[in-house]
Amino acid sequence: MAKLKVALYWAASCGGCEIAQLQIGDKILKLAEAADIVFWPVAIDVKYKDVEAMPDKSIDACLFNGAIRNSEQEHIARMLREKSKVMIAYGACAHEGGIPGLANFYNRDMIFDRAYIETQSTDNKDKVFPQTSYKVPEGELTIPEFYETVKTLSQTVDVDYIIPGCPPEEKTTWMALEALIEGKLPPKGTVITHNSRAVCDDCERKRDVKKITKIYRNYEIIPEPEVCLLEQGLLCQGIATRGGCDAPCPQANMPCTGCYGPVEGVIDQGAHFLSALASVIDSNDPEEIQKIIDDIPDPAGSFYRYSLPDSLLRGAIIK
Amino acid sequence: MSFEPKIVAFLCNWCSYRGADLAGTSRMKCAPNVRPIRVMCSGRVEPDFVLKALEAGADGVLVLGCHPGDCHYLEGNYKTMRRIALLKKMLSQLGIEDERVRLEWVSASEGARFVSIVDDMTEQVRKLGPFSRRNGGSDG
Repeated sequence: MAKLKVALYWAASCGGCEIAQLQIGDKILKLAEAADIVFWPVAIDVKYKDVEAMPDKSIDACLFNGAIRNSEQEHIARMLREKSKVMIAYGACAHEGGIPGLANFYNRDMIFDRAYIETQSTDNKDKVFPQTSYKVPEGELTIPEFYETVKTLSQTVDVDYIIPGCPPEEKTTWMALEALIEGKLPPKGTVITHNSRAVCDDCERKRDVKKITKIYRNYEIIPEPEVCLLEQGLLCQGIATRGGCDAPCPQANMPCTGCYGPVEGVIDQGAHFLSALASVIDSNDPEEIQKIIDDIPDPAGSFYRYSLPDSLLRGAIIK
Repeated sequence: MSFEPKIVAFLCNWCSYRGADLAGTSRMKCAPNVRPIRVMCSGRVEPDFVLKALEAGADGVLVLGCHPGDCHYLEGNYKTMRRIALLKKMLSQLGIEDERVRLEWVSASEGARFVSIVDDMTEQVRKLGPFSRRNGGSDG
């Protein structure tokens, strides 16, 4: 059998997805046996022009991590889509926008003001901002255009599969790679995980009746080790998050923050968790309800931690 | 042309939809801006529904249910009370004006109250102007 051709790319991301890809350990040798890696900026020296020269659909699968923040990322996403038979959104940023997607609470001007003017360590009296092109004696220098809004990969190009997670767990990555190597990929559009039900399904904590009268931030209490974290008043989002990760965070006393994305059939992860959370608040008195809600300092940022660009509203409305 | 707001109203089957019906059979006049959607209980109104309405082109969303204590399903409307309170806090972070989403209680006998809420909401949203969510990419 001819070797597969695989490309890996990073866009607006932190580099954690590359670590996650290496996390599969010696299985990487099985990947190397079955596939040639033709493009992987973090590890091998292949230039954009080399990819450009490849025939269309000559790459069997592209694992694309990171959100689309600027014109370079969009350009490469489009190019890799052309060159690849299968496009896989790898990790929360490509899937739903991820942490870089939280920038959608602001627009470009606000972000530039913060980064190039307001930050305490910045000294920029002339208010110089990055320009997409600049003339120097040697010629013209260009940098990519920074977009107003962060987009997900599937808002940019057609995506065939999703490997969720921030970053994806080793077993999730391998599940997808194994299916690719064996030619047993699931139907297009599948979010590849071991469990398409909620994280609670993976979690070993004891669940009873959920009734919350006070919401705590993580640092405020040391949770009981065996009881559901949401029942203890922590904003554990496992209830509205796709499983398959084996719930490592709740097992380590940390509430789920929702990185595997919404459960099957849900469009808006944040609204879904909001709905579940509000349902278990144990009060029917508007004032008391408001008091309990006041203990959540940042509902939008907490509930859409990884999914703001993929949410129904895609971000804040900036007037 | 002047701006006519589009308002999606979720009405519970047992109280608010009947209240709206009463307004109709009593020939009360009411702003024509509301698109009613009947649901079995205001507790059926997931926060996604409100967001979906805004995403799909509504300028405002009304959620109407039975008065507290009167819910046909005993406490569906209390769930709504909590959900909308939390949703409104989240929407304010997303730059959405408080007046665009409104929860009110309308009983089956309150046709006049239905009319006044609809008229009031229509005027409020008219003042706010049209709503549109963010686009992707370079254009905002």
